[in-house]
Amino acid sequence: MDKPVKLACRSVWKLYGPDAENFLTYKSHSDQAKNPTSEEIRDAGLIGAVRAADVEIHEGEIFVIMGLSGSGKSTLVRCLSRLIEPTAGEVLFEGRDLLSMAERELIEVRRRKMGMVFQQFALLPHLTVLQNVAFPLEVQGTAQGERETRAREVIELVGLKGRESYFPRELSGGQQQRVGIARSLAVEPDLWFLDEPFSALDPLIRREMQDEFLRLQSMLHKTIVFITHDFDEAIRLADRIAIMQDGEIIQTATPEELVLHPATEYVAEFTRHIPRAKILTARSVMLPIANSGSVAPENCAGEVRAGDRIEDIADPIEAAAAPFRVVEDGEVIGTIDRRAVVDVLVGRGAD
Amino acid sequence: MSRPGERNLWKGPALWWALFAVTWVLSSYSRDLSKALEARWIVKYPAGWRLPLKRDISDAMKWLVEDASFGLFSFKDFTRGIAWVIEVPYDFVRAAVIDGFVVGVGSEASQIAPSLSWIAVIAVVVAIGHTAKSWSLAALVGGCFLYLAIFGQWDSAMVTLASVLISVPIGVAGGLLLGIGAYRWPAFDKILRPILDLMQTVPVFAYLVPILFLFGFGPVAALVATIIYAMPPMVRVTTLALRGVPTEIREFGTMVGCTRRQMMWKVLVPSAAPGLMVGVNQVIMLSLNMVIIASMIGAGGLGFEVLSSLRRLDIGAGLEAGIAIVVMAIALDRLSQAFAARPAKVHSEDAGGESLVKRHPWTSSVLAVAVVTGLAGLVLPAFQSYPASLTLTTGPFWADLVEFINVNFFDQFEAVKTFMLTWLLLPVKRFLLGIPWPWGIAIVTLAGWKFGGWRLALLAGGLALFIAANGLWAKAMITLYLCGVSVLLASIIGIPLGVLAAENARANKVISAVIDTLQTLPSFVYLIPVVMLFRVGDFSAMIAVVLYALAPAVRYAAHGIRSIEPQLIEAGIVAGCTRWQLLRKIKLPLALPEILLGLNQTIMLALSMLVITALVGTRDLGQEVYIALTKADSGRGIIAGLSVAAIAIIVDRILAASARNARARLGLEA
Ligand SMILES: Nc1ncnc2c1ncn2[C@@H]1O[C@H](COP(=O)(O)OP(=O)(O)O)[C@@H](O)[C@H]1O
Ligand SMILES: [Mg+2]
Repeated sequence: MDKPVKLACRSVWKLYGPDAENFLTYKSHSDQAKNPTSEEIRDAGLIGAVRAADVEIHEGEIFVIMGLSGSGKSTLVRCLSRLIEPTAGEVLFEGRDLLSMAERELIEVRRRKMGMVFQQFALLPHLTVLQNVAFPLEVQGTAQGERETRAREVIELVGLKGRESYFPRELSGGQQQRVGIARSLAVEPDLWFLDEPFSALDPLIRREMQDEFLRLQSMLHKTIVFITHDFDEAIRLADRIAIMQDGEIIQTATPEELVLHPATEYVAEFTRHIPRAKILTARSVMLPIANSGSVAPENCAGEVRAGDRIEDIADPIEAAAAPFRVVEDGEVIGTIDRRAVVDVLVGRGAD
Repeated sequence: MSRPGERNLWKGPALWWALFAVTWVLSSYSRDLSKALEARWIVKYPAGWRLPLKRDISDAMKWLVEDASFGLFSFKDFTRGIAWVIEVPYDFVRAAVIDGFVVGVGSEASQIAPSLSWIAVIAVVVAIGHTAKSWSLAALVGGCFLYLAIFGQWDSAMVTLASVLISVPIGVAGGLLLGIGAYRWPAFDKILRPILDLMQTVPVFAYLVPILFLFGFGPVAALVATIIYAMPPMVRVTTLALRGVPTEIREFGTMVGCTRRQMMWKVLVPSAAPGLMVGVNQVIMLSLNMVIIASMIGAGGLGFEVLSSLRRLDIGAGLEAGIAIVVMAIALDRLSQAFAARPAKVHSEDAGGESLVKRHPWTSSVLAVAVVTGLAGLVLPAFQSYPASLTLTTGPFWADLVEFINVNFFDQFEAVKTFMLTWLLLPVKRFLLGIPWPWGIAIVTLAGWKFGGWRLALLAGGLALFIAANGLWAKAMITLYLCGVSVLLASIIGIPLGVLAAENARANKVISAVIDTLQTLPSFVYLIPVVMLFRVGDFSAMIAVVLYALAPAVRYAAHGIRSIEPQLIEAGIVAGCTRWQLLRKIKLPLALPEILLGLNQTIMLALSMLVITALVGTRDLGQEVYIALTKADSGRGIIAGLSVAAIAIIVDRILAASARNARARLGLEA
């Protein structure tokens, strides 16, 4: 990744329980800075909600944190936004130390630079859609006319035009979350946190919202931290995924890397049922140029780009007798043939 | 978290039975024992060991009023300041609803504007009723106020209304601020909680004496007492409602960069509004509960009517004024409950461009009624005040009814009373009075330790010792006996009723109507028929306490059952539970914390009622307070009040601790 780092955290810990801080400092002094194991934490009567998390999130990327319920995703994202104080560690937002910021400064950062969408929507029940969406601006002291104009814009953006005067209760779950999204976008944040935004919705609505989300991101290019417990959702949306288990991040990688090189059996288990063709690119299944035969145009049936997903290029390759050339930056880097594509499609040689 | 204490709880029952058996034996033979050992101190706390607290407190009060000063101003200035803050709005409201606006004083006084006419007042409540909910509510409250006019209670009712209109906003605002403080600063909460417990548990009589001392006889003193009495639930409800705001909403507030103030007033308080309205309702009801007691120190109004007819033994007139209080209470209760449960707002298309009158139909028509009847009243007095010639009275009817029952059913009533006395009341009384005080203190301490560790043990033991050290042990035991038996009966009757109300819509209608009436009935009022039927004595006192303390048992049980997650119940249904299994295995265990809360409230109400029962001749701590009031002996009143509070706090803390244990066992609490 060449884009600059927007948000980073280094060995962030969140332990719940009495005397958690002392436990950690004592541990790191006595054990030559070795991290306490989960057994040690449990024996001390503590809960290790987040353990030694390292994350770097680059500008403009969708960074998904995936894990089963209770694995510490919400806690981690709340440490990143300092909604809760980490027990130890460092959080850097645009290079500034978030944890040492004074309250005034923190409020300013949150007002201007951060937005958050919540699992249960967290809409204010006594305000209309318009007032809800305008609320973050109201808090900043924006004049009423101005904030309502802006609110109407984002409401239209999320497709809720005409519902401005409704109260949250009058809306369906999907619509409520659209309000939540509109509200978090009203201040044009750089950094956008979404904590399981679609988990409370029906699968069909969820899919629709995911598409909507991708559409918005293609227009807005925010830096996004997206939490989900649904691996399919993670795959669909993520540029990169961090997988959490028992408070620990066990692997951070692109969806493709996760599938190809799962760090542990646990990760592999998630990827097992995911259709390979949806994730793998031509680059990862091609025969590198060194091993390929002739790549002369007359020996090949066509050309695909290295980043193309197998799912999208399977049809023509399968139909052709000859292999296709795989091209990256105008250069041929390998070939891909029918056999390779079929292997992927039927899951042969996957594990 | 597993602690060694949890295992002990399982062993608990055996231990408690054994303790009970020992106590029983001790209680039965304590007198013989003390004779045999020649140790009278076993049964009676020695007079020589008593603390001289009563005298000290009386002296301190005197010093406060006469000499105390904070440098810039004296304590007297301080109380005058408070009096002024209350008196000015009170006078204004009184002028608006009953007295009319006057300039000048004494013989110079001239009226510049009449008060609202009775028709206008009714129009106002009808308008509020309709705005809050519906035409039927409007009709109900309109009918209630019309009743007050027709039955000749209008003037007193308006005086009472004026004091409610003052004490409620002050109580609500004060409670809200204190509650917010407790929510924000845990340390403040820690300080406030015991004070609230005290305020709620010290019987009103106990602080009537000092308030009388500080503010003098009159409406201000009555309002101060009412506010002190009515505010604590608002504080608690506020803290609870704020804590109950979903975490995500709070986090949302933080994430959009709310300052602390914005967070509180723009996010938390509005989100907690439905819960807060419950508190407002409580403040209203408690204020109305106080009207009679408050009239003892100069509140006037309906309470005064009841009190003076009680003194005249005019049962009919007393009941009539009492019913007027109930009618008003029902009207105000329904109004505030309707506001609390107002259906979630529904969007409305913009009504821009319409005239002011069209947008506010109620405000404008009520204004019109007020002006028209006010003007008409200048010509025709019947428009201004309800004509006396058209009032009705039911007093004689009630007097006849009670007499009829007494003549015809005397034996039946007597039989019930004798049965209860012989088989329940007297044995319990004998048992409790027989317990040697050192053993009693030991048991209380042990219970504190078992349920809440050494801290609670220390608190409970210390408070018990306080009672003994002030020479009030026997009276405390009688208090405990009356209260305990009443609470037992109230729970036996109330909890099943609550469950029934939660399960069955039709039963709910009947039960909540009865409970509402009971709760809004000022405590004195049902003392009248009970005494008429059963004459003075412990049994009458018990019935009065049970009736009074029944409401929370029913309400909390019903609420506990209703607020169980429907999914859990559905899970039970799907698992094939019968209705009975559903109730026993799912609903009751899950509602247990609520039920315990209700039990707690029941006990508190029972204790606060004891002082009133002193009027029917019990010899408990209530009697002690009552004597202090009549003798204006503030030290004695305060000590006796504190002793009741001590009992209440012991019971409250032990119950709360055991509820916590139960919740932890159920896994309802992390
Ligand atoms: N306030 C808290 N006190 C104690 N434990 C907590 C608290 N909040 C979360 N936890 C624990 O931390 C772990 C991670 O929780 P969370 O971050 O909410 O998980 P996720 O969002 O992945 O479902 C869980 O085991 C949870 O029980
Ligand atoms: Mg979560």
